Amino acid sequence: MNAPSITTSSARSPAVPTRFDLAAALKDSAKSALIAFGLSIPIVAYRTDQSGADLFLNPRWDMVAIFCAIVFGLRLAQHAFMASRAAREAVPSPTQATELVHAEPSAFQKASRFGIPFFLGVALAFPILIYLIQGGLNESRYWVDLGILILTYVMLGWGLNIVVGLAGLLDLGYVAFYAVGAYSYALLSTTFGLSFWICLPLAGILAAFWGIVLGFPVLRLRGDYLAIVTLAFGEIIRLVLINWVDLTNGGAGISSIPRATFFGIPFTAGEGGFADTFGLEFNGMHRMIFLYYLILALALLTNFVTMRLRKLPVGRAWEALREDEIACRSLGINTTNTKLTAFAIGAMFGGFAGSFFAVRQGFISPESFNFLESAIILAIVVMGGMGSQIGVAIAAIVLVGGPEVLRNLTFLQAVFGSGFDPNEYRLLLFGAGMVAMMVWRPRGLISERQPSVILKERKAISGSLVKEGHG
Amino acid sequence: MSTAGAQTHRQPGASPAAGRQPLLSVRGVKTYYGNIIALKGVDMDVHEGEIVTLIGANGAGKSTLMMTIFGNPRAREGTITYAGRDITKMPTHEIAQLSIAQSPEGRRIFPRMTVYENLQMGASINGFAHFDQDLERVCTLFPRLKERLQQRGGTLSGGEQQMLAIARALMSRPKLLLLDEPSLGLAPLIVKQIFTIIKELNEQDGMTVFLVEQNAYHALKLAHRGYVMVTGNITMSGTGKELLEDPQVRAAYLEGGHH
Ligand SMILES: Nc1ncnc2c1ncn2[C@@H]1O[C@H](COP(=O)(O)OP(=O)(O)OP(=O)(O)O)[C@@H](O)[C@H]1O
Ligand SMILES: [Mg+2]
Repeated sequence: MNAPSITTSSARSPAVPTRFDLAAALKDSAKSALIAFGLSIPIVAYRTDQSGADLFLNPRWDMVAIFCAIVFGLRLAQHAFMASRAAREAVPSPTQATELVHAEPSAFQKASRFGIPFFLGVALAFPILIYLIQGGLNESRYWVDLGILILTYVMLGWGLNIVVGLAGLLDLGYVAFYAVGAYSYALLSTTFGLSFWICLPLAGILAAFWGIVLGFPVLRLRGDYLAIVTLAFGEIIRLVLINWVDLTNGGAGISSIPRATFFGIPFTAGEGGFADTFGLEFNGMHRMIFLYYLILALALLTNFVTMRLRKLPVGRAWEALREDEIACRSLGINTTNTKLTAFAIGAMFGGFAGSFFAVRQGFISPESFNFLESAIILAIVVMGGMGSQIGVAIAAIVLVGGPEVLRNLTFLQAVFGSGFDPNEYRLLLFGAGMVAMMVWRPRGLISERQPSVILKERKAISGSLVKEGHG
Repeated sequence: MSTAGAQTHRQPGASPAAGRQPLLSVRGVKTYYGNIIALKGVDMDVHEGEIVTLIGANGAGKSTLMMTIFGNPRAREGTITYAGRDITKMPTHEIAQLSIAQSPEGRRIFPRMTVYENLQMGASINGFAHFDQDLERVCTLFPRLKERLQQRGGTLSGGEQQMLAIARALMSRPKLLLLDEPSLGLAPLIVKQIFTIIKELNEQDGMTVFLVEQNAYHALKLAHRGYVMVTGNITMSGTGKELLEDPQVRAAYLEGGHH
């Protein structure tokens, strides 16, 4: 009965060396570094600087060296990591055979093992990397701005993922909560002069409240019907924002929203400003970089809370609700509360993101919260593979960063002639990419659901069983 | 069906708890799906410590009765009492919290969640009070599940899914266990095992079991008492033995069966 799984384990072992072969690892790492070197010659090695009508090529071989060293180090670390893992998993006895089926890492686990630390590292170091690559604060403005934009969508995607991905409630009006958050901050700060750090939780609470308000009438709806009602809700909020001119200033929007401060220290040029306090030369980019880390922290908070909740009864109830509502109820789960918490918590993160949006822009109007936004956020969640955190992050990068990168595909001019403007075709290319992706991975980038409990070894299970069994 | 109009109600025979107030009692329950009537006024009792089985043809309304007890769909008329409380209008999840558990028709396991997580869901009612202990117990009852704790529910074979549905119901340590066709899709040997397990649960743990079955012979042999349902009506009731020997029951549900 246990035979099939033995084949699995033996088929697996040759793929991963059980012993750390240093020579092979070094050789492979060197190869990777060589590839990195080859790749960086056209990309990094020379920088074109324009001075008047002339173009200068500035060699940057130090940068190339840094890149190669990073690639070499990462690859080596990866080898060491894999080897130690393989050693840990080495097959102790044939009776464990059946368990090993489960030890086979899923696509998700493989992706997350290296993907998550990698993405986190890149995200944390992003402004520094950009600074090094672009060679100056002002030059990196565009990229940091793009980073902020992407992270905002990562956060929105993660927030919506709670509602759509985990609880399985198709919500087409998520942008409503984003709007509630943005207007909460804008109104509270301009009217009462409250600071961002006080408004942030308030915006979250208000958005959560509206999440519950939306949740109540749609409790009995599912699937397409729910989608239509939430879509309408999103539109209602937008129309209210446009028409309630007394409060929201209507379509003209709210301007001169107080900018972000470094925990009370404003990013201004003069005395007592951020640059002055820390003895730096004033630069508008300081604020941008602060905003970058702010949204990164908010996004990571969203992720952290979601990951924690998934392991708690409420999170598991969300997922069970997505799978089978009737079974949920017969297992004693209050599906009403479960849905409302999903709506409320998802909305709360939307509200956080909204107030961040307001503090970043300094100006908001109902224009920013149209259906297209909801659609993009939903596309991020669906493309990411409903419920997968890392998948959502990747999808946000692709969906938000992709069109920007396509803007710069000037090399296509070599193919299509100099009259070709990649800017004009970028949405076409982007659409083609999306279609290809839906053919290639119809269930999203990372469609596999990661179990909330991973039973690492058979021993761990039976150990706890024996212990409790006696008690 | 020949027995349809017969209404040959019989006195319930001897059973462990006969005479006392029943644990679950269904009185004059009518259930509708829209305008279609599915239960036409059902009376039924389950006493504490009993195994009661309900047999009947396809579409008779057996599953409907079981779901009605859980309040989904709700009884339009009549009352359902459990342990002295009227549960007719109670929300489903509150009924479940009264330590009634159900392995519904069609299993309804959570396909994308692992076996382990499915079992966790079963235990969430009582706040995981004895989770590890209960996990060990269902693993002993169903060794197949133990081997597959990390496998996704949807990738289990049909029979394994059935085992999981039963195991999940057991995780909450119910006083009353409702099983809808637990033998469905299982190999004869496993069916036998399942019935043995039901018997054990009843005798050793004193669990009360209400069992809906197509496998009338096994079910009636196992049960203390049985009911026969025909198109939304209970037409017969009696001890398992009585029903097994009844010519009408034999003709309708047992001929060509296991003898
Ligand atoms: N959701 C529903 N909507 C409308 N009619 C339904 C619904 N569910 C069941 N019915 C009808 O109610 C009647 C009883 O169905 P039920 O599922 O209770 O039968 P059953 O006795 O469990 O049959 P089986 O042995 O085949 O499982 C059937 O005629 C069925 O068509
Ligand atoms: Mg049925």
